[in-house]
Amino acid sequence: MSDALSDDGSDFNQDGTQEDVMTPAELIAKLEEAWLNEKFSPELLENKSEVVECVMEQLTHMESNLQRVKKGDAKASIHRMEIDRIRYVLSSYLRSRLQKIEKYFPHVLEREKSRGEGEPSLLSPEEFAFAKEYYANTESYLKAVALKRMPSNLQTVDMLKAVPEPCLDSFVFLRVKERQENILVEPETEDQREYVVDLEEGSQHLMRYRTIAPLVSSGAVQLI
Amino acid sequence: MFCEKAIELIRELHRMSDGQLPAFNEDGLRQVLQEMEALYEQNQSDVNEAKSEGRAELIPSIKLRHCCLLRNQRCVTAYLYDRLLRIRALRWEYGSVLPANVRFHMCAEELQWFSQYKKSLASFMRSLGGDEGLDITQDMKPPKSLYIEVRCLKDHGEFEIDDGTVILLKKNSQHFLPRWKCELLIRQGVLEHVVS
Repeated sequence: MSDALSDDGSDFNQDGTQEDVMTPAELIAKLEEAWLNEKFSPELLENKSEVVECVMEQLTHMESNLQRVKKGDAKASIHRMEIDRIRYVLSSYLRSRLQKIEKYFPHVLEREKSRGEGEPSLLSPEEFAFAKEYYANTESYLKAVALKRMPSNLQTVDMLKAVPEPCLDSFVFLRVKERQENILVEPETEDQREYVVDLEEGSQHLMRYRTIAPLVSSGAVQLI
Repeated sequence: MFCEKAIELIRELHRMSDGQLPAFNEDGLRQVLQEMEALYEQNQSDVNEAKSEGRAELIPSIKLRHCCLLRNQRCVTAYLYDRLLRIRALRWEYGSVLPANVRFHMCAEELQWFSQYKKSLASFMRSLGGDEGLDITQDMKPPKSLYIEVRCLKDHGEFEIDDGTVILLKKNSQHFLPRWKCELLIRQGVLEHVVS
């Protein structure tokens, strides 16, 4: 990457976790993976707020470096372009997530509510606040404009039933990063039978999302 | 036939499949609510009669009215929710200030919803880190080139770009400006990207 990044060699992990410090290139690669997965997955994926935070820090860092470069210097345009590209990917990633949060808001909140103690969070704290506000806003709007004027037994709407759930049986393209054996593929119709496939590293497939959902969260496959 | 008015509301939105927001059909909504009230009252009295005088033959009509009530509720909430989705799209398309002709088509409660949505979105974006967060309503397309040629479609006054120079955006003037600064103005229709 550019020397604008490696300027003062700042670390990304200051909380003393046992991960090695990621290079900027690795960070951006991680962002792009998260972005593609989120874009092509029918459901909301686990939040990657550490990646988001680090990329934001990275961008601020790059912007301030850019201020120091002489105006009109050819390098400046290239750095500018790079900043724009990273900002685009980050914005697109966050937009994908927000769109799904809004589209499936009761289900997203339900999943978050019923998640187990040690399980990773689906929503970042800010996304969670946003989702709750969206739910409350929409519910109070419907009440104010119509529901409270309806007969008494019809003044509520069950959001979980009214708002459709994501279709986990949609087909997705994927590339295999880590070899997987014995993946069980459920039959789609009655005359089909379930069968088992092996996924070779580097191969690409078109499969139902539901079959490979756990592999996306573990990082064994990449949606493309 | 019952529920006709409710279906009409749905059809009205279905006709505008490009996401346009028609005027809020206050009249139509009121008629559906009145029908619901009438159905409910008829059911109340029939239920009482069925109970007190054992008139079981009233039950099918009670059931029918109840189904119509549920259908009306469902159609009304679908109509209202679909409008909300269109209004939400406006925030992403036009920015946080809506053009007057669009505002005119919204009822008071929809304006309230929009204002609340704007606030939620703004505080989410601010919380993303950095000094002022990240405006994710920008950068809607992958950056292709750094600077773009734009033509001004309306007088917009003075416009400052990063290195401090001030450009006067007069109608029909053409400029070579940084792409990221023009995005919002292009979406709002003030500038037009000139592709030579």
